[in-house]
Amino acid sequence: MIPLTHYLIVGAALFSLSLAGIVINRKNLIILLMCIELMLLAVNMNFIAFASFLDNIAGEVFVFFILTVAAAEAAIGLAILMVLYRNRHTINVEDLDLLKG
Amino acid sequence: MHNILLSLLIWIPIIGGGLVLFTGNDKNAKQARVIGLIVSCLTLLLCIPLVRGFDPHIYTMQFRETVVWIPAYNINYDIGIDGISLTLILLTAFTTFIVILSSWKTIRIRVAQFMAAFLIMQGLMIGVFAAIDSILFYVFWEGILIPMYLSIGIWGSVNRSYASIKFFLYTFFGSAIMLVALLYLYSQSGSFSILSFYEVKLSQSAQNWIFLAFFLAFAVKVPMWPVHTWLPDAHTEAPAGGSVVLAALMLKMGVYGFLRFSLPIVPDACRSLDWLIILLSLIAIAYIGLVAIAQQDMKKLIAYSSIAHMGFATLGCFMIFKIIDKTGNLGDAYMSLEGGMVQMISHAFSSGAMFVVVGILYDKLHTRLIGDYGGVANKMPILAAFFMLFAMANVGLPGTSGFVGEFMVILSGIQASFWITFFAATTLILSASYTLWMYKRVFFGKVANDNVESLTDIRGLDILVFSLLGFMTLFLGIYPQAVLNLLHTTIGHLLDISTYTKLVSL
Amino acid sequence: MNLSAQQLSFIVILAPLLGSLFTGFLGKALGTKASHRIAVTGLGIAFIAALFLCHAITFGNTPPRSFNIYTWALSGTFQFNIGFTLDSLSTIMAVLVTFISFLVHIYSIGYMAGDPGYQRFFSYISLFTFAMLLLVLSNNFLQLFIGWEGVGLVSYLLIGFWFKRDSANAGSFKAFIVNRIGDFGFLLGIALVLAYFGTLNYEQVFAEIPVLANATIRLFPGTDWSLITVICILLFIGAMGKSAQMPLHVWLPESMEGPTPISALIHAATMVTAGIFMICRMSPLYEHSPTALSVVLVVGATGALFTGLIGIVQYDIKRVVAYSTLSQLGYMVAGLGASAYSASLFHLATHACFKALLFLGAGSVIMGMHHDQDMRNMGGLRRYMPITYTTFLIGSLALAAIPPFAGYYSKDAIIEAIGLTQIPGATYAYICVLLGAFVTALYTFRAFFLVFHTQERMDEHTREHLHESPSVVWLPLVCLAVPSIVLGFLFIKPMLYTEPGLLGSSVITLPAYDVLSKMAEEYHGIAAATWQGLLGAPFWLSVFGIFCAWYAYQKAPETPAKLARRFSIFYRILVNKYGFDDFNQTVIVRSVRNLSSWFYFIVDTKCIDNYVVNGTGRMISFLSRLTRQAQTGYLYHYAFVMILGVLIFLCWLMI
Repeated sequence: MIPLTHYLIVGAALFSLSLAGIVINRKNLIILLMCIELMLLAVNMNFIAFASFLDNIAGEVFVFFILTVAAAEAAIGLAILMVLYRNRHTINVEDLDLLKG
Repeated sequence: MHNILLSLLIWIPIIGGGLVLFTGNDKNAKQARVIGLIVSCLTLLLCIPLVRGFDPHIYTMQFRETVVWIPAYNINYDIGIDGISLTLILLTAFTTFIVILSSWKTIRIRVAQFMAAFLIMQGLMIGVFAAIDSILFYVFWEGILIPMYLSIGIWGSVNRSYASIKFFLYTFFGSAIMLVALLYLYSQSGSFSILSFYEVKLSQSAQNWIFLAFFLAFAVKVPMWPVHTWLPDAHTEAPAGGSVVLAALMLKMGVYGFLRFSLPIVPDACRSLDWLIILLSLIAIAYIGLVAIAQQDMKKLIAYSSIAHMGFATLGCFMIFKIIDKTGNLGDAYMSLEGGMVQMISHAFSSGAMFVVVGILYDKLHTRLIGDYGGVANKMPILAAFFMLFAMANVGLPGTSGFVGEFMVILSGIQASFWITFFAATTLILSASYTLWMYKRVFFGKVANDNVESLTDIRGLDILVFSLLGFMTLFLGIYPQAVLNLLHTTIGHLLDISTYTKLVSL
Repeated sequence: MNLSAQQLSFIVILAPLLGSLFTGFLGKALGTKASHRIAVTGLGIAFIAALFLCHAITFGNTPPRSFNIYTWALSGTFQFNIGFTLDSLSTIMAVLVTFISFLVHIYSIGYMAGDPGYQRFFSYISLFTFAMLLLVLSNNFLQLFIGWEGVGLVSYLLIGFWFKRDSANAGSFKAFIVNRIGDFGFLLGIALVLAYFGTLNYEQVFAEIPVLANATIRLFPGTDWSLITVICILLFIGAMGKSAQMPLHVWLPESMEGPTPISALIHAATMVTAGIFMICRMSPLYEHSPTALSVVLVVGATGALFTGLIGIVQYDIKRVVAYSTLSQLGYMVAGLGASAYSASLFHLATHACFKALLFLGAGSVIMGMHHDQDMRNMGGLRRYMPITYTTFLIGSLALAAIPPFAGYYSKDAIIEAIGLTQIPGATYAYICVLLGAFVTALYTFRAFFLVFHTQERMDEHTREHLHESPSVVWLPLVCLAVPSIVLGFLFIKPMLYTEPGLLGSSVITLPAYDVLSKMAEEYHGIAAATWQGLLGAPFWLSVFGIFCAWYAYQKAPETPAKLARRFSIFYRILVNKYGFDDFNQTVIVRSVRNLSSWFYFIVDTKCIDNYVVNGTGRMISFLSRLTRQAQTGYLYHYAFVMILGVLIFLCWLMI
């Protein structure tokens, strides 16, 4: 049997990858959205691993919730992205600095 | 009706203001004016049962109303009045009435909003003077800033946005610190009621800190030197009605705060720091009086003279400790406090009226500079006559209201120290200098230019406004006892609690 | 009539007030004729009531009384009332005020005819009479001050009556400010009275004096001053303002910008004597302070001589009379300093009559000359204006103190009293007032000769229209000429040398200073007194003065110019009025204005508003410019900072 730590390491690795993706990525907003999805999946991984090892069904229930929210979020995110592209003709992250002080 | 009279006085103008705001627009400006007038008349009429029902011989709060508001923090809708509140509430109702009449013709854009702003301000102002719960007080206190800010910002003249923001930030800054003091007092007393603050024992250092917090809030409002510079700007840019409310009422809130909060809640700090306020008041009288001489702008001049006159009010409030120390008799200090109160009330009439006059002139020639006028008395003799009366009240001529307060404060000052009186009495010379010099340059002489030549004298409504103000000015000057009667017991009680030490006995 | 004294006093004071209110508010509707009728009737009623009152109190059996009308204010231990004192001093003053005011009202009908501010004028002078009566009838310091400032206000309004003239506006402004400087001292004095006596009521204050006679007050650390002296000097500063004593006299000559009836009523006969009246009223206080008496004596005597000298070089007929007023006020004040209160009051009364006469006569001349006031353009007017000439001569003789005219008896009494008094400064004062007698006669008759004798210097146009003034103008002149002759010898005995005198208990003199009773011992009837006068120095000095005036202006008209060249320094000093005006203008006014602009532009605008207030704003925008650098706007920066924050938080939790 694979020990719990391995699952957690995979989760952490996934999380770190997505984090790195968010911070390092300077080009495409879609990659950013994907990284966020990945981050959620990393969390799901932890939830499932703990659910299985602790024999607690609640973790798996949470995963369903998260998946639902992630789907909704992806939909809304893509919709916003579409509007953004229509308005600014770019989804280049470097150009999106409206919040600059 | 007696038990909800005060609430009616607070909420009728506010609701009336809302009504004007939602029903009126510039197409039916007349309607907005009429509703405004009716509402302010109604409040003025409601003052009659208020005065009749008021018993001047007891010092406890009257017309008390208590409704639980936020029980978790022991905050109540708690209102009531004593003599000091009563006189200021009457003043508020009267002044708003005057403002609405005097703005009848001079305000032509956004009339409904204007009327609404001033009606709401009136309600909030009465709320400030009637609140017994400090949070309620604070809500009303800050609430007033909004309509005033808007009235300067919307109906003001050229430099209005600078003035309105300066006004807002200045006064807001002060009161934010007051809130901290209120929260500390709550932590000590377990209630937000001002009356419960009176009972709290406090150490000297705690008192000093609270005193300073209150001092900042109220000194900005009075305004005292050196936190006075918002006033000339606000006055200059505000519409005439706004200037009247500022001078006649807004400044009074500061002194009211000193009387309601500082003196009774932290008496020992007041006693040990009274030199600070006496000093600043004397600076206000002598220094600001000199500054007023240099003014080229009529409104600025009157604004500075307001600061100088309010110096007498604060001086009167804080001389009491020195007087009592010197004479050892509580009775001798009455005159100082009562003089301060009378000065506040009389100042409302004289400088309010002067602002109305300048408003009328400004409405016709669109300039406030003294140099643009000259010989106005040739074309507007009735206005000139009225303005002479108010100028003389400003100068403090006996027989007008302006004399009473100054006389009482000056006379009681000498019991504290000869030199306090000496500097305070310089106002006799200074106020005459700046007021009459302005009068001479604006009204006397030959007609200075074609603009002045085109002026026509005041009629109808304006004469009514000035007659009312003039009557009050003279009445108060000839028979001040009418007001002193209302104040006497309350002042006595205030003196009692302000001279009673609150230090924690270890 | 069966009116009580109290009711009479109400009539005296309310009649002018009602007259003023009616003409003031309804003047335009009533028209000129009805307005002056109302005002004159009001004053007539007041005068008659004042006569009855004075008769009852001063000559009759009605005891003097003091009563309160209403409580003005009640504050703690202090009570302020409005009330009247009815004693011989106040009723005599009331008669004097209403008498002169009544005549001036009548005179003004002619003098002010056709003026656009006709009704306003009558309203003002009636109001003045009201305020003046409030002052003299008062029974407490508060009301005294109310009346005191009230007459100041009306004086201000009347000097600036012709408000289109810049000189009138400047004069009225100056008058008000200078008076206010005096009032500054006056109010401090009143404040001290209240603080130490606990009341402002005359009777109560005077009753307390013995208790506080030796009290001291510490104004500066380490120096103790006598309380009564400080109070008296402060009150005297008020009197210096109102009664135009040096150095606060500068406003009076400029007050001549007002209409001439005003100069007669306010700036000669009544208002300027308020200070003298006040000191008489306060005699119980002053008697307890020899220092204050000395100050009063020296200031008064200095004024008597030196302001008179200026009169010699003036060419404006009204200014000559104005400077003579200053000088005569100096006599009265000096008399007060010598504790000869009755003599000063006596001189006040005679002076009121003959000075009002001179002013109104000057006004008549000015009307004839088409409002030209320069004496260099006059001359020989006696042929055109015989009544004015005669009455003016009577006035001049009275002013120059030639027996048996009224001025002689009162002025001689003052000079003699000053000669007898022992307080410090008496010798100096005596020399001043003696020389003053010569100066008085000189400038008076200089004006007299220049106007009525000498050759005619006016232009043709004016000469053609020269004629005697209408009856409303000369009637008051005649009415004033009569008392200017008879008042002296009729009243000298009851006023000065009877025990008790006419003033009775209104004024109090301590035995140590009681010069009048010494003089009374040597008084042997009116004839002897007049005869003695003819042998005394003051009379011969006056005669010599008249002779000099006659010689210099009638006989040898080139003399004055020669003298002016010869003594050009003195001449220039006199023309510059000792430099008081220049000093005030260049030093005081300018420094106040510089100070005020410095305060406003540098301290207020620059330091407080610019550096501190707007500086705070600028500081905040500077800080925000700094911190906004951190806001790049890139999502990944924010995400990075967020994660960094979480990491730091986690680390902090673990440690």
